Amino acid sequence: MKVLLVLPVLIPLMTAGVSLLAFRSRRTQRWLGLAGTSGLLAASVLLLFWVWRDGIQAIQMGNWVAPFGITLVADLFSAIMVALAGIIGFAVAVYSLTSLREARESFHYYPLVNILLTGVCGAFLTGDIFNLYVWFEVMLIASFVLLALGGERDQMRGALKYVAINLISSALFLSALGILYGLTGTLNMADLALRLERKEAPGLLLAVSMLLLVAFGVKAAIFPLFFWLPASYHTPPVAVSALFAGLLTKVGVYALIRVFTLLFLQDTGYTHRIILVLAGFTMLTGVMGAMVQNEFRRILSFHIISQIGYMILGLGLFTLGGLAGSIFYIVHHIIVKTNLFLVSGVAHRLQGSFKLEHLGGLYLNYPALAILFLIPALSLAGVPPLSGFFAKLSLVEAGLAEDHFVIVTIALVVGLMTLYSMTKIWTEAFWKPAPASTSSGAMRHRHPTSLGYLGGEVAPIAGLAALTILIGLGVGPLMTLSTQAAGQLLNRSAYIHAVLENRK
Amino acid sequence: MNLLLAIVIGGLYASALYLMMRRNTVKLIIGLALLGQGTNLLIFTAAGLTRAEPPLIDLETQQPMENFADPLPQALILTAIVIGFAVLAFALVLIHRTHQVIGLEDLDDVKVRE
Repeated sequence: MKVLLVLPVLIPLMTAGVSLLAFRSRRTQRWLGLAGTSGLLAASVLLLFWVWRDGIQAIQMGNWVAPFGITLVADLFSAIMVALAGIIGFAVAVYSLTSLREARESFHYYPLVNILLTGVCGAFLTGDIFNLYVWFEVMLIASFVLLALGGERDQMRGALKYVAINLISSALFLSALGILYGLTGTLNMADLALRLERKEAPGLLLAVSMLLLVAFGVKAAIFPLFFWLPASYHTPPVAVSALFAGLLTKVGVYALIRVFTLLFLQDTGYTHRIILVLAGFTMLTGVMGAMVQNEFRRILSFHIISQIGYMILGLGLFTLGGLAGSIFYIVHHIIVKTNLFLVSGVAHRLQGSFKLEHLGGLYLNYPALAILFLIPALSLAGVPPLSGFFAKLSLVEAGLAEDHFVIVTIALVVGLMTLYSMTKIWTEAFWKPAPASTSSGAMRHRHPTSLGYLGGEVAPIAGLAALTILIGLGVGPLMTLSTQAAGQLLNRSAYIHAVLENRK
Repeated sequence: MNLLLAIVIGGLYASALYLMMRRNTVKLIIGLALLGQGTNLLIFTAAGLTRAEPPLIDLETQQPMENFADPLPQALILTAIVIGFAVLAFALVLIHRTHQVIGLEDLDDVKVRE
């Protein structure tokens, strides 16, 4: 069974390797991409089931005893994140099969997606903080190439900013690791947690935790550090944006939650208060940025930022309910946000533009697509009985339980403003009549006239929309799961014991 | 020695940040390279400088010598250097390509058209 812990890293890595060997054949790469991501999906779901049934699992790479080698460890939170990576990877791979141009595919698109997934899953599963850095880099280099692949003008502008800011954040991360190693002499996260408990160097430790907050904050796009995201996410092809939107920032959020629940608990009144304040600003600035945008994917990009605020809100509260709410929110957000990006891609295919002014009449001509948009859009805004409502509800409840009325008010207002943005897309792209003469940009493509031609692109959208509804209907079990995961995060001794059990 | 290295690291970080703010793509890359070097030196220094034996184990004794140097920071730095090298190579190609596609040198021009 222990092999299940390695599979989510191994499957995409092997797929990428084999696909690169078949670099001449676009067909083989397509099939391998699909096979690899479906394999990852199966392995990740099995892993989640296993961890749910038997508790936290750990495996030591190369049989080095715990704090010396690299540990892979899966608690429920990690396993949930890996399962989400599996779902999104599979959905995007299916979507890519029909939506990408041949030229892009033949420049190793599928191997790159698999390398990206390797990095993401590795970051979720590793129990070693330097190894986390390495997985971050694996993920980043793949994302750099995916972002720049194609070399269109806007892409290059976006990619340059994205690369520069991420390299700076990596350097900060590495600096923090250096100091942390100097302080404690270990890099294993469970071992670090034990040693930091006994450590009395609050000043330097606080500096390290803030360095990590900034480094992960850049990757998660929290309040003052998010400018790269709306500048780059709308430039690559839709499949790539959807993959990034669903997974990449969430790796930053994952790392923040992991580090601030396991390692830096020396002064939670101070550090977690900072996180709470940042969460409020992140929600507000993100949603306000979205209000003035008029481009489908840019609106969605700004909403990613505001939603990141909700995710770290639960971490800032630092209660069982708060963390459970955060985890539930992440699950909801990844599925819904990826789906909205995919819908924007279909709208682009149908009418040749992402600009709201050039879109129109989608409801009249393609009612099915309109409904598929409405489900994730209303869920994002938090309309019951969809997943977003319960995600927001649990966070609001957790906030009220701690008497944080300001942040709760912000969360509710931001929910309302999200609804405004979604309504804007709805009225502009779906409700208003199609613009009389579609612009020159739109005429360049030959548009398919019915959704039937776009089966390969609509299928993953429908699947993700069904998942959204399913979460809304089956909110009880998922909430129990999130609460269990949050319980594991708060009760550190189980995690530490699972990793260090061999050391007596 | 620690003080000297601390000053060097500070100088590297400062010049890296200065170069990055010069709004020129080539200087940005040089800045990133310097930042990476500064970070590597920081790991090296923070992990503790010891004048001691190499961490080798004799066949007979089965235990390391007393007072041996910690090899792990060097392994970390080696990893960081390799990653930094690859990423920097990519960044160089990227700015070259950016220059070709949009003829861009000043970072103030990197605004995405609305």
